[in-house]
Order: sequence, then structure tokens, then C-alpha cells
Amino acid sequence: MRKVAVVGVGETKFSGAQTKTGVELFSEAAMDALNESQLKQTDVQALFLGNVLGDFSEGQGSIQAFAAENLGLHNIPANRYEGACASGSIAVRDAFMWVASGFYDIVLAGGVERAATMGTPLATRTFAMFGDSRYEYPSGLTFPGVFGLLTHLYAAKHGIPLPKLKEQMAYTSVQSYHHGKSNAKAHFRKEVSMEDVLKAFMVCTPLQLHDCCPFSDGGAALILASEEVAKKLTSKPVYITGIGQASNGPLSNQNDYLPRIRARELAVEQSYKMSGRKPEDIDVCELHDCFSTAAIIAAECLGFFEYGTAGEAWLKGEADIGGKIAINPSGGLKAKGHPIGATGAGQVYEIAKQLRGEVEPERQVEGAKIGMTDTLGGVGATLCNLILERGW
Amino acid sequence: MEYKLTFQEYNEALKNDKLLGLKCLECGNIIVPPKMVCGKCNSTDMEIIELSGKGKIQTFTTINVAPEGREAEVPYTVVMVELEEGPWLTGNLGGVDPANVTMDIIGKPVIMKDNLVFAGDKYSAGEGASSNFHLVA
Ligand SMILES: [Zn+2]
Repeated sequence: MRKVAVVGVGETKFSGAQTKTGVELFSEAAMDALNESQLKQTDVQALFLGNVLGDFSEGQGSIQAFAAENLGLHNIPANRYEGACASGSIAVRDAFMWVASGFYDIVLAGGVERAATMGTPLATRTFAMFGDSRYEYPSGLTFPGVFGLLTHLYAAKHGIPLPKLKEQMAYTSVQSYHHGKSNAKAHFRKEVSMEDVLKAFMVCTPLQLHDCCPFSDGGAALILASEEVAKKLTSKPVYITGIGQASNGPLSNQNDYLPRIRARELAVEQSYKMSGRKPEDIDVCELHDCFSTAAIIAAECLGFFEYGTAGEAWLKGEADIGGKIAINPSGGLKAKGHPIGATGAGQVYEIAKQLRGEVEPERQVEGAKIGMTDTLGGVGATLCNLILERGW
Repeated sequence: MEYKLTFQEYNEALKNDKLLGLKCLECGNIIVPPKMVCGKCNSTDMEIIELSGKGKIQTFTTINVAPEGREAEVPYTVVMVELEEGPWLTGNLGGVDPANVTMDIIGKPVIMKDNLVFAGDKYSAGEGASSNFHLVA
């Protein structure tokens, strides 16, 4: 298997509903990635694109083919990836595997979504499609509802009084918004206080407004290349050194593990094993904090903190820049935003920028050498992790 | 290979407050909702059984923001119940004001009755019943 590097990255600002089409959003991100890599359209051999709900948000299926043509990537094979909120990550993972295998040398991977364009009622309906449509949706279970269930279960299993857990959760949001404020690409660029978070509207118990990520529009793109190609293009290749992916069925069938997410633990184990790295080696992690509790559960499954203790770690600053592990310096899903098809590719964008030392100084993890991404799709149905390292 | 207990059969029974599942004749595992193979041992040698509909609440959430088309239903409470026979099942909580559901409800015994039916929307390929759990007095 060959080494594979990220040699160019691009990302639009993540935002609320906007007028740019999915093709336009992805094309903007992809041109930035292509220009940064100094490659030409004719060098790109395939496009792997995460897009979840284009059919619903703008009546567009097969967006990958239209994006390829729009970008001047004439007639190359173009695949669309749907793994709910992990779509962008699984597109990047597949791109990695095809380049690693030697079949391709240069692949464009990424994602795009217009989740905000759908508006809250349709977005809530379509996001609920990533639970079991026959055996879960009749109850009215929504996506925030899934994490409402997991939050109460987490409190009960770990014996943490709910008000205490709520305080920990609120702090994860305060930290996320703080970093989002200095990220030019973030959906929300404002501070929130503990009081703001704990006073806000209850979306579903016990999750309040800032415990939840927004529906966002946006796109992200990456050029992946073999080591041989990468060495000719850049003095700062970011190598993908570990990958992991796993799946799960309906939430109730995961009962032996909940609130732990079994598919995440398997994907995490694969990526650590492949890279030869351990949780303590990771300097910076972009993890899937679609909800406050999702951040806490993810940080534990990733091995950064003991089960039942991540919330406390956040309060102590251990999950922040300068702490034990810098989590979501981008602002994460709650502040940077969550254009679901693009989110995972956006996480890789952030890690690449962090390792290259190119983010805003307020949120730069100084000297970061090893980074990790973590993306969750559906009710723990699709989990994907990537480990990235400086190649210089 | 023929599917042993389809959604349609499961759903028709659920509408009549009957909870069907599968029992694996290889390992004894109880499977609900139904699947092609036993979740523990992958055997297809399973028989259809009727479950008691009794269990204990493991977790809950009261939902205030509805998906498109279900605005009239909020607020409502979704629960996950550990059934007497072992599996967990997602359903609703009936007979309790959603505004008054707190952590105290976790661990409480419930029984399924007066099941609900989501009539379906343009995406759902028809209706779907939801088990409706009630606290045992
Ligand atoms: Zn069995």
C-alpha cells in the first residue's frame, strides 16, 4: 500500500440558507483545492463526493457528475457518497484507498450540502430518515431526539445528576462558539455564555438550542495524491496515516453498548492500529459534536478520556487548546456548522490547516503534528475516523 | 430466501397491540424488530413469537421540534424500553403529560397498549405503527 497525502484543500464559508447551488458551492471549494495543489483539471482522475440530501434541498440527484463537468473534470468517473452526516468522510476514506492501492494517483474528494436551504421542518424530516424508517420513525424520533435519548441514558448509566451533566454540556458549547468566533469559515461567529445556553429554547429534552448544531450550507474539497506526486508538488504534504470505518443498525439494536457507539469504537481502533498511534499521540481532533452529548461520548470512544468523565474534562479545559487534547478548534459542528455531506471533508480541511500552521492565530494549536477526525452518520449507523500527520 | 416476519406483518400486529418478534431456534435469542437472521448467531432458523409488551424504561426524550408534517403531534415523548424478553424497543410514552417526564421515569415498569399509528407522508411508503408504553400503576 502506498502513502497518500492531502496536497490541496478548499472550503466555502459554512452558512445559513443561501442562493448558491450545490454545484456552485462545491466548485468554489474544489477550485481552491486544485489551485493550491498547483495541479490541472486533466491531472485529476476521479471525483468522490459526499452529498446527502441534494434530491430534497434542490431537486438535484447525481450532483457529482454535474460538479465534475462544471469544474472541467471532463468525463472522469464521479461517485456520490451517502453515509448521512459522515458522507464527506467516507468519500475521503475511499479516495485514500484508491490512491493507496495504486489504481489512481490523484483524486478529488469532498462534500457539499444545502441543509439550511431546506428550512427546519423539511431538514428535521429528512435528517430523521437516517434512523430506521420502519421501526423508529413512526414514534416521531428526530435526530436531536436520538441524542436526547442518549443524554438521559448517559446520565443514568454514569450516575451523573442531570443538572451537573447539563453544565458540562453547556460548557462544550461555550468552548465551540468561542473558537467559531475566530474562524472566518464558521457559520456562527459569536460568543455564548453558560447562561445563554442554559436559558435557550428546549429542542428536545434535555437538549437546548446551543446544545444542537445548526443546519448549514457549504462545501469542502481535498486533493489526495500518492507520495510520489505529493513530493513534487509541496514541501508540506499532510499524510493520511490511519483510516477506520464501521456500521451499526437501529439504535435499539445497539443496546449492549449504548450510550457508547460500537461502530465508532471499531473505526477508532482500526485507525489507531493502522497509524501505530495512540490517543495520547493526537495533538488536535475535529470530532462529531452534532450535539453537546455527542461531543462527550465521542471524546470517550476516541480514548481521550475515561467513560463518564469527558464532560468534567471539558470544564477543566482539558479538551481545549493547551489542554490534554485540542478538540474542535474550528468551532466544530455546533459553531463552524454542519452542511452534512461536506462536514467530514471540512474536518480534514481544518486538520490539514492546523498541521500546516495556517489557521487564525487565536485558534491555532501550536506545533500540532498529528491530527484526527471523527464523523458520525445516522443513529451511529456510519462511523469514520481519519488520522493525519505532518510529512515534513 | 423468504423473509420470516416482514414489516407489514409486524406492523399489522402492532396496530392491534400485539408485539411480534422472532425466536432463534439455534441459540434462543429473541429478535425484535424482525431481521433476516438472528442478531447473535446469524441463523435463519427462527420462529415467530408474540412478546408480552412489558418492560422497563431505559431512556426518554420529549420532542418539541417536529419533522415536517408532524407539527400537530408535539410535544411527545419517545422512549427506549428494555423488554421483559431482553431486546430494547423504541416507542412512545402514553398516559403521561410530556411536560412532566423527568429522569425519575428511568427504570419504571411499563406495558404496551393503545398503540399509535403514524399515517405516513409522501416519503414513508405508507403508515407505521409505534408501540405506546404506559406506566404500570
Ligand atoms: Zn441465534
